Amino acid sequence: MSDSNQHQPTPRDYWIVALILAVITGAEVAITYADALDSVVAPMLIAMSAAKFTIVVGYFMHLKYERKLYRNLFLIGLIAAPVLFGAVLFSFGVLIGN
Amino acid sequence: MTAETLAPQTQDDHPDMNDMRKIAMWAFLGSECLFFGSLITTFLVYRTRTGDGPSAADLFDIPFTSVSSFILLMSSLTMVLAHHSATRKDWRQMRVWLVATALLGMVFLSGQVFEFTEFVHEGLTVTTSPFGSSFFVLTGFHGAHVAIGVLLLLTTAFHSYSGRLRQGEGMNVEMIGLYWHFVDIVWIVIFTVVYLLQV
Repeated sequence: MSDSNQHQPTPRDYWIVALILAVITGAEVAITYADALDSVVAPMLIAMSAAKFTIVVGYFMHLKYERKLYRNLFLIGLIAAPVLFGAVLFSFGVLIGN
Repeated sequence: MTAETLAPQTQDDHPDMNDMRKIAMWAFLGSECLFFGSLITTFLVYRTRTGDGPSAADLFDIPFTSVSSFILLMSSLTMVLAHHSATRKDWRQMRVWLVATALLGMVFLSGQVFEFTEFVHEGLTVTTSPFGSSFFVLTGFHGAHVAIGVLLLLTTAFHSYSGRLRQGEGMNVEMIGLYWHFVDIVWIVIFTVVYLLQV
């Protein structure tokens, strides 16, 4: 899949990654129901979601092992989206609680 | 240049062809980030505009959607195992994992159809409110992507089984895999932003 000589994941690695993803998903649902965490639930959910996103892109999509060109093509969209739409949300007052 | 050097080669044996396909796929996925970004942003802008209709907190069944999310997440595992089998030229194993991925995708789609039906019964349709419109358009487009992925998976498995896909088979599976994992990461974001953060 890749031009690089780095270590390529094995099926065992994929199962471990899937287990980690399942555990994070379970934790996401659990903290949604934890009243004591109300004040920090949003940042925790966003952090967990970002972790899952990064793990899938890095290991299942093999971007961790791929050429920089592929990574950069994807990153253009990935970075442009939150910047552009963050500005839209800001202009609608969504990010400042209006 | 001589005529010989300009002689066309078949697409599959051109040394740069696979690289070009991967470049095109990654560029496509980058553009899809913007597409889904626009739909998620629209949902966030309209999420509180429920009019007389039900709100997210009235409707969402988090345990049910969590199971759906888990199923889609596990389909990424079966997909990457299909790709791994393809790289080892273990075509029989590859077909097993491709069909398993398609089945998990169909289970996810069935859950989405069930969820949509429940929401309609509870009074939320695409025309009820801006919240309803943005929710159904976002999750509907994601579901359409999953449906296209399921068709691609089944077509590839069928072509492989009938022996029509020998050359470039691994690359086909890799392209479908990239698409499928992308659909999965979009759902990771939707599950958090649309479901978990709204209840």
